[in-house]
Amino acid sequence: MRLDVSDLAFGYPGHDVGREVTLALEGGEVLCLLGPNGGGKTTLFKTILRLLAPRHGRVAVDGEPIADWSRGRLARIFGYVPQAQLGVFPFTVAEIALMGRTAHIGPFATPSRGDRAVAEEMLATLGIHHLASRSYTEISGGERQLTLIARALAQEPAILVMDEPTASLDFGNQVRVLTEIERLAGRGIAVMLSTHDPDHAFLCADRVALLHHGRLARVGRPGEVITRESLREVYGVEVTVTEVTRADGRTARVCVPALGERGILPGHPGHPS
Amino acid sequence: MLVAFSVGRYPVSPSQLWELLWAKATRSPSALPAALETVVFRVRGPRVLSAIVIGAALAAAGSAYQGLFRNPLVSPDILGVSTGAALGATLGIFFSWGVAGIQGLAFTLGLATVALVYAMGTALRRHDPILVLVLAGIVVGTLLGSCISLLKYLADPYNQLPAITFWLLGSFSSITTVDLIAILPGVLVGLIPLWLMRWRMNVMTLSEEEALSLGVDTRRIRLLVIAAATLMTAAAVSVSGVIGWIGLLVPHFARLLVGPDFARLLPAAMLLGAGYLVAVDTLARTIAPLEIPLGVLTAFIGAPFFIWLLAVSRRGWQ
Repeated sequence: MRLDVSDLAFGYPGHDVGREVTLALEGGEVLCLLGPNGGGKTTLFKTILRLLAPRHGRVAVDGEPIADWSRGRLARIFGYVPQAQLGVFPFTVAEIALMGRTAHIGPFATPSRGDRAVAEEMLATLGIHHLASRSYTEISGGERQLTLIARALAQEPAILVMDEPTASLDFGNQVRVLTEIERLAGRGIAVMLSTHDPDHAFLCADRVALLHHGRLARVGRPGEVITRESLREVYGVEVTVTEVTRADGRTARVCVPALGERGILPGHPGHPS
Repeated sequence: MLVAFSVGRYPVSPSQLWELLWAKATRSPSALPAALETVVFRVRGPRVLSAIVIGAALAAAGSAYQGLFRNPLVSPDILGVSTGAALGATLGIFFSWGVAGIQGLAFTLGLATVALVYAMGTALRRHDPILVLVLAGIVVGTLLGSCISLLKYLADPYNQLPAITFWLLGSFSSITTVDLIAILPGVLVGLIPLWLMRWRMNVMTLSEEEALSLGVDTRRIRLLVIAAATLMTAAAVSVSGVIGWIGLLVPHFARLLVGPDFARLLPAAMLLGAGYLVAVDTLARTIAPLEIPLGVLTAFIGAPFFIWLLAVSRRGWQ
């Protein structure tokens, strides 16, 4: 499975949020999208998923443009984990996860026993099986995020798009989700996620794309893209990128920012002067 | 139901009721007075059965609307379908049309009203969609209410005006078997798509983008559900008049009992709606010598009950 995004311009009627975005993603690959708040990461994802109409350019899966695909066909290829939102009605966690099976069910059918088994398996994978009968409106933000990931996995997608999947999670659950991402990629799924934490990109990404002012400032291997210079340019902060040895024996890079006068660069919001 | 058949100005004991039904079924003559037979088969029978059908229809439509618009405060009344249907019926009475004409016009205007309200809701994208929807419903409802007032003002005060007034207050007192047969197709045709789409309806209660990304063609389903729920509502109110509160209240109560899954919610709401309306209608014709208009009674019972529901429900409209 190969996803091609070529020369995509995205935004809302009347104004572009970003343009000239060209990306390719293969099955088994993890692409991490980094960029400041308001940089257009969510809008880009929604445009790739055709939740928003592209302003220009095209998205193709295995060379075939998806512009006229049905919603059902899209949902069997693309899984989407939006930023957690509160539902209106108190569905249980199991019911929310089961909704991931919708694209595999006929328009007038209801989920089969097999569908329920898939949804339950995904809950177990993410370690939230004990929440299955709890109401989705009453669990914590992090648990809700995990539920949405389980729902997207229940879609059995070839391409998984995750909008800041670690944003509202505690440290343990962040590690859990990053591990799950690595495992999914190992099963051949193409994963595209956005994050605010460059360390997460170092941990799980094969490639990193840096979205700045609506354009891809850099795309490449994490070590090439996430550097002192690029973080200065995009975030306006002073960072030391260093290497540490992980408990599993592999080395990993981490970013450590400086704080205060030396941390925030002149001309950027929050600079002390 | 047994009670509803039995009580009233002509009391019918359960054994008499059974005897009548048995006589009817076996086509044998009954020893009971003919007046009782008339009461049971011509007056009370259609009335109780209509209350069941209409209560179930309104509750089903309310459940569908609340899910579709992701708003537990939406009811057929708030979206203006009842007001639209009321205007249609008033026009029909004003022009002295027959039952079929009144029902057809009520249905058409009910659907047109919801379409208008929904178009306004989607056109004003910059605001909170739920707020816009409710406000648009109120605005259109008020506008149509003024049209109804105008028609009442212009109507013949001896024949048409009382008919319009009775209609607007909601009543089963003049319902006949013919009315019941006339509304059944509309209710059934509306019910079938709602039942078939019971799983999709769950997904529709999520946000628009979530529903789309899960593979639901939201626009098509929304159109179908609105058409179905409006068909049911319009069919129901075209014979009974405006009966408020059932479409709003009963789905809440059903959700409290069986949860939000539409596959359980729909039948539960229909059962409760039917039971509630039969009970209220029985009260309406027995607690006072003069029959109390149904719409008045559902509001008198519904309003405090709704406040109680709000008080006991937790976050997420349980």
